[in-house]
Amino acid sequence: MVSLKKNIAISDSGFVFNPSNGDSFSLNQIGLDMLLQLKEAQSEEQVKAAIMAKYDIDRDSLDNDYYDFLKMLGQFKLLELS
Amino acid sequence: MLIEIKMEKQRYERPVIRRLNVGVMNKFGTRTEYEPVTHIDDNAVASLIKEHGSPLFVISEKTIRTTFQDALRAFNTRYPKVQFAWSYKTNYIAGVCNVFHQMGSWAEVVSGFEYLKALKSNVPGNKIIFNGPDKTVEELTLAIDNDSLIHIDHLDELYTLTELAIAKAKKPRVAIRVNMDTGIYPMWDRFGFNYENGQAWDAINKIVLADRLQLVGLHAHIGTFMLSPSAYGVAAGKLSELAIRVRDKFGRKIEYLDLGGGFASKNTLKGSFLSGPDTSPTFDDFAETIVTAIVNAGFLEDELPLLILETGRALVDEAGYLLGSVISNKRLSDGRRATIMDFGVNILFTAFWYDHKISPAQDFSHHTEDTVMYGPLCMNIDVVRENATLPPMKRGEHVVVHSVGAYNMTQWMQFIALRPAVVMIDMKGKPHLVRKRETLANIDEQEVLPEYLRAFKL
Ligand SMILES: Cc1ncc(COP(=O)(O)O)c(C=O)c1O
Repeated sequence: MVSLKKNIAISDSGFVFNPSNGDSFSLNQIGLDMLLQLKEAQSEEQVKAAIMAKYDIDRDSLDNDYYDFLKMLGQFKLLELS
Repeated sequence: MLIEIKMEKQRYERPVIRRLNVGVMNKFGTRTEYEPVTHIDDNAVASLIKEHGSPLFVISEKTIRTTFQDALRAFNTRYPKVQFAWSYKTNYIAGVCNVFHQMGSWAEVVSGFEYLKALKSNVPGNKIIFNGPDKTVEELTLAIDNDSLIHIDHLDELYTLTELAIAKAKKPRVAIRVNMDTGIYPMWDRFGFNYENGQAWDAINKIVLADRLQLVGLHAHIGTFMLSPSAYGVAAGKLSELAIRVRDKFGRKIEYLDLGGGFASKNTLKGSFLSGPDTSPTFDDFAETIVTAIVNAGFLEDELPLLILETGRALVDEAGYLLGSVISNKRLSDGRRATIMDFGVNILFTAFWYDHKISPAQDFSHHTEDTVMYGPLCMNIDVVRENATLPPMKRGEHVVVHSVGAYNMTQWMQFIALRPAVVMIDMKGKPHLVRKRETLANIDEQEVLPEYLRAFKL
């Protein structure tokens, strides 16, 4: 599974800092939840289950958004293979 | 007793991550675009769409009236005789035209079809201004019979009209359209008679000396979406100069000067860094330069001509909204977000000229993303906004496109999709259907299928 780079800093209010290149980002609440899950969770399933427990969303739509979000994280160079 | 506490799940919105560019101002400068617009004149966007379908044009009568009053005040406070004539081509939905007529506007038309439309709405013939280069003999005859103000565009029209006047033994009321250098590039010299090279003065002489037509006015329409009031000062000065020359040579009074339309609305032109509301001159700015030029031209007090204005877009743009819905979200190969809407350039023609302000029609968190907005047509040019900053929106959620009242409801195309309904919200907040959604029957009605093509076997 891909995961978040270890040194990425995430603040409670949804700011993300990448110390290796100085980039910073902002997230909405769902983005923040997903990022925190990506940092902690053991599997993709765990990430999605946690989001579905908290938010009113069906599985198909979440799948779409999840992969889209990962793609953005990849483009912003925040991911690594683990 | 056991109280069951049920955890409500939270409203979902697409996860968004956005790079922060420290020190670089957002291209849009302001955040206004991010605020949701859930209602238009007290009507919920969602219920309007539920009742009339999506997409849907909505017109605020209140905005038309307040805008018109603002324009009228700007001129009336500076000049004693002012008359607006509603430019039909800008928006000729009868409900819209009649709001302007109720406020005292005459009609300004540029085709036989528009002319008939104004007559049908009971605009008195002598309060219709007939512009445009393409008036047929039948149309000119009708305009003569109704004593309309015929604005002559070229010499061929002048001679046709003179022949008709002789045949009918009538003396139609006419003006000539004058084109001129007002310092604006490109110069609009396709229509009318040129001022600088003497064509306009020549035409005036021909009309007055032939004595078959009554030369009652002089007309100029110097361009559209004009951001420079000073150009109007030049135009008003040149028309005044011609009027005074007519007085001095022939001892005749030119009754009116018609400065045409062209005042910019508050839209933002594509590629301009500043937004429309920050750059567009006000009615007061235009009124000040026009009136200054006329009152300083040398007219005696009882000679001041009536000032006619054919203002179109600046009077109706802000009163129009287009409501639409999200069909789908995509990620483009370069990483940008793309949103496909259920309306495109087929009904939002002005998307070619403007970066229309687009607001989400429901609440959202403060997170936004740069988004390309596409219409549903299968062609590359169907781009509604090349770059809009919007919150994530789900399929079926609604947006409000602002300032679409001018030219869209006349230049819209019946391409791929049928044209949507138009609703006008009255002064009390009550919505009225002013144009029905088109149906297949509207298309069928016009088509003629030859008998031998009726049957086929597949
Ligand atoms: C003769 C004439 N008058 C008035 C108008 C209205 O112009 P606008 O909508 O720019 O005010 C036009 C539009 O092109 C026009 O051609």
